[in-house]
Amino acid sequence: MITLDILRTRFSALEVDDLQRWIGEGYVRPERAADDLLFEEIDVERVRLILELRDVMQVNEEALPVVLSLLDQLYELRRRLLRLGIEPNAAS
Amino acid sequence: MADDPYKTLGVARGASADAIKKAYRKLARQHHPDLNPGKPEAEAKFKAVSTAHDLLSDPERRARFDRGEIDADGQEQAPAGGYRRQAEEAQGARYGQAGNSGAFEDMFADIFESRRRADSAPRRGQDESYRLNVPFLDAVQGDTKQLTLPDGRVLSVKIPPGVVIGQVLRLRGQGGAGRNGAPAGDALIELDVADHKLFQRDGNDLRMELPVTLKEAVLGGPVVVPTPTGPLRVTLPAASDSGRTIRLRGKGVAAHGTRVAGDLFLTLRVVIGKPDAALEAFLRDWAPEDPEDPRAGMEASE
Repeated sequence: MITLDILRTRFSALEVDDLQRWIGEGYVRPERAADDLLFEEIDVERVRLILELRDVMQVNEEALPVVLSLLDQLYELRRRLLRLGIEPNAAS
Repeated sequence: MADDPYKTLGVARGASADAIKKAYRKLARQHHPDLNPGKPEAEAKFKAVSTAHDLLSDPERRARFDRGEIDADGQEQAPAGGYRRQAEEAQGARYGQAGNSGAFEDMFADIFESRRRADSAPRRGQDESYRLNVPFLDAVQGDTKQLTLPDGRVLSVKIPPGVVIGQVLRLRGQGGAGRNGAPAGDALIELDVADHKLFQRDGNDLRMELPVTLKEAVLGGPVVVPTPTGPLRVTLPAASDSGRTIRLRGKGVAAHGTRVAGDLFLTLRVVIGKPDAALEAFLRDWAPEDPEDPRAGMEASE
């Protein structure tokens, strides 16, 4: 679990304004502890993914919720399959 | 070893930087591991593409690769695909349901506000550390050296006489830039002083062993001695034995500020040299006026 300041040192391309907007939109969901934010590993990786979508794959801010929502649905399904003991990658 | 990065990206060797970037983005969209869960081959492909792009997007490294100076293996970058590993575990449920848009905005506004205030406050620049190699004689005499920084700036470093290894010089205001009107940090330059094949430092003095011939040692006379400021003519007293020390005043570390110059101490070492028939013949017939045993009084036990 890391704080906002540590997150910022880890991603030099991360702007505070962008992060606040992404959190406001629910793209990234840290927790609050007193007057700081706490990011779990999954949140950190989520930030990395969003930065890569934006900076490398050039997915713009308008398309971002579409991509993230599809990914969230995909992973939801995969988690459900795994819970049922079904290997998602097995050939049908 | 990685494959030819040009092949990996599918571009010609002469491809422009733009064409390389375009090819990289296209392949990244296709193979990003977080967009391809359960496809290890996508992860491998993405890694190869990233490594190739790292190499070819840096003009200097690309040129070195083209010249054959480095191979296709670039520096490993932060591994992509970390999100996928998280999302498939139980904690993935954090992002399971559709986003409750706007729910977090107000809750965290104060935190972001305080960060923005901290960002816009004046902050002194960081001190930056560098190392500088100083030749022995420059440390003794003092000198001004040019130090080229990674950002291309050239610092003129004035080295006072008498610096020692590990000493740190501070150049005020030559470090990282300050923010919002705050002063810049300092450049801290740690000195590394090389050894010298003739001289040894002893504080502000220098020591040197001076080989002399048997004739010079017995009869004395002028010899030419190398010193940090150039060759110097020194008159040896007669009967200068091996181990005798001669002080050359002011020929050590140069004077600096209120400190006077150090001295150069010569320790004589008599060198007999190659066998010499005349010398041997003379010594065989030679009877000293005042025979003396140099080992008199020497005993191993105390």
